[in-house]
Amino acid sequence: MERLSSFIGPLVRPVRSVPLAWHLLVGLLAFLVVATVIGSSSQYLQTRYAEMAFFAIAAGGLTLLTGLSGQLSLGHGALMAVGAYAATLVLERTGGETLADVFVALLVAIAVCAVVGVIVGVPAARLHGPYIAGATLTLAVAVPRLANQWEFLGGEQGLQVPVPRAAELPAWIQDLVWFFTAAEIDQYSFLAYLGWLLLILAFVALANLSRSRVGRRWRAVRDDDVSAELAGIHLGRARVVAFTVSAMCAGLAGGLMAMNVRLTAPGAFTITLSLTLLAAVVLGGLGSLTGALIGAGVLAFLPHFATDLGESAGLSATQAAEVTPVVYGLVLMLVILLAPAGIVGSLRLFLARSSLGSSTKEKTT
Amino acid sequence: MQQFLDTTLGGLVLGAVYAAFALALCLIWRSTRIVNFAQAAMAMVTTYIALSLINVDVPYWVAFLAAIAAGFVLGAVIERVIIRPVEGKAELNAVILTLGLFMVLHGLTAITFGVQHRGFPAPVSTSAISVGDTSIGITPFGILTIVVVAVVMAGLVVLFRFTDLGLRMRASAFNGEVSRLLGVRVGRMLTLGWALAAAVGAVAGMLIAGGDLVNPAFMDPFVIYGFVAAVLGGLDSPIGSVIGGLILGLSLSYVTGYVGEHLAPLVALGILMLVLLVRPSGLFAAAAARRV
Repeated sequence: MERLSSFIGPLVRPVRSVPLAWHLLVGLLAFLVVATVIGSSSQYLQTRYAEMAFFAIAAGGLTLLTGLSGQLSLGHGALMAVGAYAATLVLERTGGETLADVFVALLVAIAVCAVVGVIVGVPAARLHGPYIAGATLTLAVAVPRLANQWEFLGGEQGLQVPVPRAAELPAWIQDLVWFFTAAEIDQYSFLAYLGWLLLILAFVALANLSRSRVGRRWRAVRDDDVSAELAGIHLGRARVVAFTVSAMCAGLAGGLMAMNVRLTAPGAFTITLSLTLLAAVVLGGLGSLTGALIGAGVLAFLPHFATDLGESAGLSATQAAEVTPVVYGLVLMLVILLAPAGIVGSLRLFLARSSLGSSTKEKTT
Repeated sequence: MQQFLDTTLGGLVLGAVYAAFALALCLIWRSTRIVNFAQAAMAMVTTYIALSLINVDVPYWVAFLAAIAAGFVLGAVIERVIIRPVEGKAELNAVILTLGLFMVLHGLTAITFGVQHRGFPAPVSTSAISVGDTSIGITPFGILTIVVVAVVMAGLVVLFRFTDLGLRMRASAFNGEVSRLLGVRVGRMLTLGWALAAAVGAVAGMLIAGGDLVNPAFMDPFVIYGFVAAVLGGLDSPIGSVIGGLILGLSLSYVTGYVGEHLAPLVALGILMLVLLVRPSGLFAAAAARRV
């Protein structure tokens, strides 16, 4: 083992010391692994993976905001709604059949959410604790209701989302997928590939951001706002930037969600969605992108287990669907009561403690 | 003019309910510095308890009292079991905890009672009163709502101002450490505060449900409206909560009546933001160095 690390060490170290290069390398490797898994999965699993991807993007944005900048947002469901509607409206105009249409729609979703993020972030920057929770919760309730107010947003029934057909994709993508996975790319696997590609790009960007000067400022603001201000950090600006970045992630996630669900309706963006995202980041560990990924995995895969469990316990289908929110709620409560650092945070603490223990042992012997 | 009168009266009734809710939030905030986002879900549970009693032919007012009692017990149990460990910890923890509680209560109610809409009876008529030939926009149940909320408030004022128990509760909210030294059972007072708040919430739930349809989501808007009303009046001030509730009720009623009902939450958000930016401690709270 040691010989191996002494071999690899000098090769890896220069890459390791440049965060962007390291994150890109990890991201590339991750994408290759994920693409292989997606290519060899059933349609059902591909849909789950796609779902996990957009949840993870939204959760990544939220964990950045709550964990690094210290602001809680319960309004990310609403921001996802904004992204979803923006993407849907663009796809409706363009027809949404080619890859370019898809990317334009997602870019518009991100841009619109950036604007909304600034608008919400400026007043939110002055709030803390229960106040920002209440304000963003109000946002979560208020925004989806607007779809019922204006005709062009489709009302309660919502808007149909056109989805790219696999046959319209550029030939080289089809060839590439065929080459690596020996399977034709179809609509479901396409959405899974797209989701994970964007997820990895977003996470590389977020990981880089959090290790940059901007990220250090956010941590300073979170830990002690007075000292941060004395050190010359503009508190409001740091918080608004954090909120905007987070909102852009939610917008991208919303756009992807619209393509996956293929229907954009206010009923999909309830308070429960916002709270579910919160459950994902709290479970994974606030501030940790790995934690956000774990949480998103739970969001994508748990509902089916929970519903099956409920039905096997003799509940009707509508009742069994309610088992999932109960589990999320219990998760929120138990994590806060028993392990406030979440899965990743607790693991880190455990590892730190055990390595501390072993190093002191070495010293004593 | 007719419409204006109707909207105003409707707004007052709505405002009374918001006021009750805001009052419940305010009671909890004063005693434990926690905003209870699970308030509406707790009230929903007690309303369902009352509904199942009514369905087995228990008289309405007995069910009403049962809901209050259930709220009292629920509030006390929740404070003792769930909230006690996070009291005095990071404020984010308590917020997340009550939100988790919201989801759990919500889901459990849906599993137990089903998600379908059910009719909820009212003890008095819910059709508009008419004077001569013109009907005015208030129902006997609306009047009852205002009266009940007024009675609850008067009761709380009497409790806090004129009784020994109220004094002890105020003391433990004001300074737990000193009160403990003076022999007040502070823990018990905090539990009592939560229990009272949940009982007030239960009353509000019964008033919202009366003569209407209920399903597990019927109280969801009140999570935010109660909060907005409480912040508007100042989370620290019971009188402020009541006035905040009335102002919010009237404003939302006008928006619903004249602009469009789907804009109401957005207007509530606007009011909340305005208050937090201009007068963060609310309209009726004593000035403090930092609240928001």
